[in-house]
Amino acid sequence: MLDLKGIHKYYNPGTINELCLFRDFSLHIEDGEFVAVVGSNGSGKTSLLNIICGSIPVDSGQILVNGEDITNQKEYKRMGSIGRVFQNPALGTCPSMTILENLSLAEHKGKPYGLSRGVDRKKRSHYQELLGALNLRLEDKLDVKVGSLSGGQRQALALLMATMTPVDFLILDEHTAALDPKTAEVNMKLTDQIVREKKLTSIMVTHNLRYAIEYGSRILMMHQGKVILDKSGQEKKDLKVEDVLALFNEISIECGN
Amino acid sequence: MVLLLSVLEQGMIYAIMALGVYITYKILDFPDLTVDGSFPMGAAITAVMISQDRNPLLTLPVSFGAGVLVGICTGLIHVKLKVRDLLSGIIMMTGLYSVNLAIAGRANLPIYNKVTIFENDLVKRYCPAFLKDFDKVIIIAVIMLISKYLLDWYLRTKSGMMLRAVGDNERLVTSLHVDKGFVKIVGLAVANGLVSLGGCIFAQQQRYFDVSMGTGTVVIGLASVIIGTSLFRKVTVLRVTTSVVIGSVIYKACVALAISLGLPSTYMKVVTAALFLLILVLGTERRKKVKANA
Repeated sequence: MLDLKGIHKYYNPGTINELCLFRDFSLHIEDGEFVAVVGSNGSGKTSLLNIICGSIPVDSGQILVNGEDITNQKEYKRMGSIGRVFQNPALGTCPSMTILENLSLAEHKGKPYGLSRGVDRKKRSHYQELLGALNLRLEDKLDVKVGSLSGGQRQALALLMATMTPVDFLILDEHTAALDPKTAEVNMKLTDQIVREKKLTSIMVTHNLRYAIEYGSRILMMHQGKVILDKSGQEKKDLKVEDVLALFNEISIECGN
Repeated sequence: MVLLLSVLEQGMIYAIMALGVYITYKILDFPDLTVDGSFPMGAAITAVMISQDRNPLLTLPVSFGAGVLVGICTGLIHVKLKVRDLLSGIIMMTGLYSVNLAIAGRANLPIYNKVTIFENDLVKRYCPAFLKDFDKVIIIAVIMLISKYLLDWYLRTKSGMMLRAVGDNERLVTSLHVDKGFVKIVGLAVANGLVSLGGCIFAQQQRYFDVSMGTGTVVIGLASVIIGTSLFRKVTVLRVTTSVVIGSVIYKACVALAISLGLPSTYMKVVTAALFLLILVLGTERRKKVKANA
């Protein structure tokens, strides 16, 4: 359960470029929800994720996870219960390390990284199984450096790594935006599969309205730091791409785009 | 023969230091100038301990430990006080100059006719006659190889893999619930420990400490790392640490060659700088090509 209460966020405070993004912003997300967030550029989607993860501080307000206040918790501490996949496939993996090493690192998340052996050879078959489920023919490439994989493969690996350990939240930051349409589709299906299997509470920012309609149990549209559309359950199922697009166009015209 | 031996000796001593530079420059992507201060610091501590007739074996862990502390300081300046990486090193390097003077008590401290790791009863008694000329090289090789294998081992542990990850992708380290600042401090600590250990052995081989002996250490280290890693880029059987060691010996050989060809030692630093520039330019050339082809 995630609660944002009365969040205020200013950019460049005290300068002529001062920009108030969030004014008294509140949001409640239930356990098990898969929230798709859409909105134009600068509407605060990615800032929202950054605030939840602690990548950027808030000026006032509270962030509560299962009732516990984490507003002042450092980013790396929060990540103990959060898995995150970025838009840039390079950010979710270590390019100079092999797939095996990357998976070993990810599987150990939450425990101290001490002087024990970094890679457990006995785990190879287990990892191959996990990679096999991705259907990207990665299972035979355990000893290949991640840097030589394609963007789609890397992103799928990043997704796998982000969800290898039990996490309370999965944060997806336009994670299909840098991929070609087909690879994006594959990664989106994979995301849906993982979210369902592990029953993860997920927040996905996307520019793809169709994904936002098709996947997830709740849709949010953001505009200038406010939620202007919030549908879930049956209401969301009845929603069509055209409806969302119409609303989207409306706000875009308002902005002069 | 004497020339070859001295190249090997110095090359392998500097290799220990270069292993430290490898950690900061290649793994952490942190150009650490602390090295110019921590190398002579190891030498200063060693010279003082030797001149007080302490057990020479003790100088190794003490120098390493002191280097670790210095590395932690650089790390804290960078991580906690948020000073830029290059400047953190410069601050430490500048400060260490005085610290080293204070440790040694004066600018130059010779340790002739003292018991060192090279000159002691043990070596005299057990070194067979035919190895008489090679005792130094063998002792240096053993210490260097132990350092190298320990580092290899460390880089394969979970902590070591985290170190490699932080230079590669800081965001991932954060995502894995680990404080990247802490990992950087650990890396700088291990690196400067090795550098200081190099200084310790250098002082015992040269039989003196001089406060200016650290000038240019970082350049020698970087040159060794870059020579080693670019020459053996294609050779996959070699560990990178091995390439760095070989790079260091090659570098020393080049310098020795230049001197034996009649280059006045006044121009030494110019040659070093020119050689370093050449290596850097060749290195970036290749990187550009790689990017263009990607």
